[in-house]
Amino acid sequence: MKIRIRHPQDFFSGLLFIAFGLITIIVAQDYKFGTAVRMGPGYFPMVLGWIMVALGALTSLRSLWLDGPPIPKMALRPILMVTLGVLAFGALIDPLGLVVATLALFVISALGGDEFKIKEILLLFVLLTAVSVGLFVYGLGLTFKVWPL
Amino acid sequence: MMEIFSNLGLGFGVALSPMNVLYCFIGVALGTLIGVLPGIGPIATIAMLLPITFNLPPIAALIMLAGIYYGAQYGGSTSAILVNLPGESSSVVTCLDGYQMARQGRAGPALGIAALGSFFAGTVSTLLIALFAPPLAEIAFKFGPAEYFSLMVLGLVAAVVLAQGSLLKSICMVILGLLWGLVGTDVSSGTQRFTFGYSELSDGIGFVGIAMGLFGFSEIISNLEMGQNREVFTSKVGRLLPSLDDFKASWKPVLRGTGLGSFLGILPGGGALLSSFTSYMVEKKLAKDPSRFGKGAIEGVAGPESANNAGAQTSFIPLLTLGIPSNPVMALMIGAMTIQGIAPGPQVMTERPQLFWGMIASMWVGNLLLVVMNLPMIGLWIKLLTVPYRMLFPSILLFCCIGVYSLSSLPFDVYMTAAFGVIGYIFIKLGCEPAPLILGFILGPVMEENLRRAMLLSRGDPSTFFTRPISLGLLIASAIMLLLMAAPVLRKKRQEAFQE
Repeated sequence: MKIRIRHPQDFFSGLLFIAFGLITIIVAQDYKFGTAVRMGPGYFPMVLGWIMVALGALTSLRSLWLDGPPIPKMALRPILMVTLGVLAFGALIDPLGLVVATLALFVISALGGDEFKIKEILLLFVLLTAVSVGLFVYGLGLTFKVWPL
Repeated sequence: MMEIFSNLGLGFGVALSPMNVLYCFIGVALGTLIGVLPGIGPIATIAMLLPITFNLPPIAALIMLAGIYYGAQYGGSTSAILVNLPGESSSVVTCLDGYQMARQGRAGPALGIAALGSFFAGTVSTLLIALFAPPLAEIAFKFGPAEYFSLMVLGLVAAVVLAQGSLLKSICMVILGLLWGLVGTDVSSGTQRFTFGYSELSDGIGFVGIAMGLFGFSEIISNLEMGQNREVFTSKVGRLLPSLDDFKASWKPVLRGTGLGSFLGILPGGGALLSSFTSYMVEKKLAKDPSRFGKGAIEGVAGPESANNAGAQTSFIPLLTLGIPSNPVMALMIGAMTIQGIAPGPQVMTERPQLFWGMIASMWVGNLLLVVMNLPMIGLWIKLLTVPYRMLFPSILLFCCIGVYSLSSLPFDVYMTAAFGVIGYIFIKLGCEPAPLILGFILGPVMEENLRRAMLLSRGDPSTFFTRPISLGLLIASAIMLLLMAAPVLRKKRQEAFQE
């Protein structure tokens, strides 16, 4: 009999869970396990890690005979651009301040949408930078670096 | 009985102070503003607005957060009715008949009855909280570590059972959440666990980042790939006040919805979602002509909307009395309370009665503000809905980023939020529900602590969980829930319920 994955969503979820469980078990080996009376820092994670591996394996195995829908298509552009935009914000906020970080976030993440209109984005940038500087920096007194200098 | 009035009196004294009314108002307004944006549910809204409350005094912060929650809930209903895009799962039901009503030019009455029903439900459930919170807190004081552990097991089991999709996968998500919750410094030994050498992780994974990534970013990404073809019914909202016939058709569903919601909200794992689904099914069953449902029946809006508001309110009961969150929103509330230096639990009521009763009274004030404010401001919300998504989503991202960064001033937290956005997106694609994960995440460290203490007290004998009556009862309840869900007949029912 040929083995076929009938429920791809479950099959890969299971693999993901197994991976997380294994990482936990491997890392937790460095922590003191202790005893049931005095549990060390490794006790709870180790137990959970093994349960995780077991249940993950069950999820994957089950997908060999339970039918399920295919994994929906993933669109690469939105996820890439949104993530890059946020990462850029994080990278720029400390060295260059809020204004530049916002600009980077807007331009990069907007490329993830189905329409990109640079004028619109720049307008939005001016408007929202004003709002957020006013609200967060002056209104709420959060200490943000605003400008590069 | 008198005590309730004096307690509520104390609460209203706090809640009605001009500053607190103002904070409540700001909360409700901002909550609605963000909640009305399509695809943004209460969880993402609260996570996004959380940082605004940090610099406030604790009472004001909690009042504002509660306001944000109701505002977000109502905003979600508004976008459900007007654009058929539910912000979160509890407004899915509202889409069914609300959107149809909007298409028939009756968006006004649909929005009106949703607001009025919610207000009624909010009033009743505020009273219920005042009635039931004190005795429950009394019981909670008797809880030892074993009871707390079992209670958390029950809470997690309930979260699993009530999550959509596969039971097994939900259990896995809970455990994954528990594990992620353990990242950081272990309280009893001081060991750094799962930090992989990053000092930024020694306080654990930031709660706001994980919530925003899993519920906010991943939603945005999947909204983007779905493309934009929504139709906003802006021109023909019509008059907001429901007609006499509408009221006649609605008052019973509102009453039933309130009752159902209040009850289901208390259950661990319950809250707004379960309440609105159940109410819709009940109304459909009771209707003389069930075929009208899904085609613009006002009962299908009135019942679930009252129910989800009642459920949203009463789900504060386990949080305020036991310190256990019953759903992800309450988990966020715990996060917010911790940041304010309040340890949620029964001691809040006795040690800080002003805070406790002030918050309860402000729930009612928040509900009132919602009606007073939203009915006239509906035009503004509609305007907001017509803004194209390609302009909305960068703005949402910006507020998320500022929110995360302002918490710690660490770029690391922004990176982590981005990472959780990707993980959340993968979860969506794999059909894994993030709600159980977030509950596990919050409960992880607390559960470990209580397990340790219980085992220490019993000298390592695990039977302590089964010999203490309350603990045993809670575990039996959990076992029954799991068994029932594993039974094929009920599993089918559950699937049908979620499909409807």
